[in-house]
Amino acid sequence: MPKIKYIEHSGKEHVVDVPEGWSVMEGAVKNMVPGIDADCGGACACATCHVIVDDAFIGKIPGKSDMEETMLDFAPEVTPNSRLSCQIKVTPELEGLIVRMPASQH
Amino acid sequence: MNIAVNAQQQAARDEAYALPLEKIDPANADRFQNDTIWPYFERLRREDPIHYTPDSAYGPYWSVTKWNDIMAVDTNHAVFSSSDGIVLATLESIIENEKIRGPRDKNAGGFISMDPPDHGPKRKTVTPAVAPDNLLRMAPQVRERAGLILDQLPIGQEFDWVDKVSKELTAMTLSTLFDFPFEDRRKLTYWSDMFTNQPGHGPAKSWAHKKEAADECFSAFNDLWNQRVNSDSGFDMISMMAHSPATRDMQAREYQGHVVLLIIGGNDTTRNTISGSVYALNKYPEQYAKLRANPGLITSMVSETIRWQTPLAHMRRLALQDFEIGGKTIKKGEKVAMWYVSGNRDEDIIENPNAYIIDRERPRQHLSFGFGIHRCVGNRVAELQLQIIWEEIMKRFPEIQVVREPTRTHSSFVKGYESLPVIIPKRN
Repeated sequence: MPKIKYIEHSGKEHVVDVPEGWSVMEGAVKNMVPGIDADCGGACACATCHVIVDDAFIGKIPGKSDMEETMLDFAPEVTPNSRLSCQIKVTPELEGLIVRMPASQH
Repeated sequence: MNIAVNAQQQAARDEAYALPLEKIDPANADRFQNDTIWPYFERLRREDPIHYTPDSAYGPYWSVTKWNDIMAVDTNHAVFSSSDGIVLATLESIIENEKIRGPRDKNAGGFISMDPPDHGPKRKTVTPAVAPDNLLRMAPQVRERAGLILDQLPIGQEFDWVDKVSKELTAMTLSTLFDFPFEDRRKLTYWSDMFTNQPGHGPAKSWAHKKEAADECFSAFNDLWNQRVNSDSGFDMISMMAHSPATRDMQAREYQGHVVLLIIGGNDTTRNTISGSVYALNKYPEQYAKLRANPGLITSMVSETIRWQTPLAHMRRLALQDFEIGGKTIKKGEKVAMWYVSGNRDEDIIENPNAYIIDRERPRQHLSFGFGIHRCVGNRVAELQLQIIWEEIMKRFPEIQVVREPTRTHSSFVKGYESLPVIIPKRN
């Protein structure tokens, strides 16, 4: 199971084993990692699972859909590495993935 | 609940299950005012979740009543357009509104009634006003105002919570978001009520009366625009629109559309949820006791109230092409109502959905803000006001008692309260 490191805005780190096929959002929510709200439950419809993907991994994740791009427009503090974590599927290539949480989800 | 209310609820239940399906018109505003909508939506969710009403005061329209179907429509903006308007309007009101404002044009309803690519840049113009860092700045002011409002309430004497608290706090916050003259703040509430009410309901006496209020509102906002456009960009929504490249050259008609949207969106919804929280905690006294024992539950109580109340009962779309859903075909050009109020009671998604439970496992799981590109832009400012007013209430009063059933709004869109009589027996 790939290990994913979630870093809260405060800097607090959580390392979690996330099964392949889950989304990065599910890996946080189902393991009680705070900082990801996921109000819509993973439908790419609310932008409350915003994370900033570490530079080293951004190239290993398939690109954003139009819907994700549009929904990310809603989120504050968006950076070029911003993604909706419900849209990132966990694969073996993402072993060691690091994602950072914004100050708040909107 | 008294015997008369029980009898009315039972009669509604009997009728809801006796009517032929095609006769069910869930947008009937009388039933929202009487609070007898529930068995109709319950039956539709069970027997006809994608429902067609061939004939009604709103003309023919579809109703989408279950969570997953609502989600499918709400997130498919390519098929389900907002540009025809987002409310089920009666045929009479469509004609009368055209008399008041001229033929409808696609920009007249504010950014909520736009599709991509028009929608995004205009919506983004005002989002900084309700973004987290601005809310952080606003919070101390909201808290101070909430405290002042609560400190002036009578003790041991009946008063209307809607008027004295819900309308006051939301009008103050909205006046700040617009940088609207503070002393005139209740005009915002009045205009909102005049826009949303049909003649004979709320303060609206006639179509001419509604036009008079609209003219007054647009003239005031025109003055604000002229004032802001000539000064440095401030941190209010009017300045943001007057200075943003996406909106600064818009026509008066479009500006008016944004104004109506922001007045109603920033006003009715939070107001009715504040009133709804007091009402629900009285209807479910064991939940009020839970909250008193643990004020840390305010955050989840707020979300649960937003679900339970569903302050906007529906949003409407127009199908741009034929679309199959739930075994039915919605035809191009047909109107579709997504009933958030029903999706929030969907037994397949939410456990024990009719109950008000302030410590639900996932209280943020509700449809009240909508999903997809039109999701409520002010959701966090709404939650902030509710959170703060309840933190301040708990500091001051052991209990707010609802004295009688509230008077509800006559609308299948704004699901709220005209008045809520309460007594505060004592201070802490």
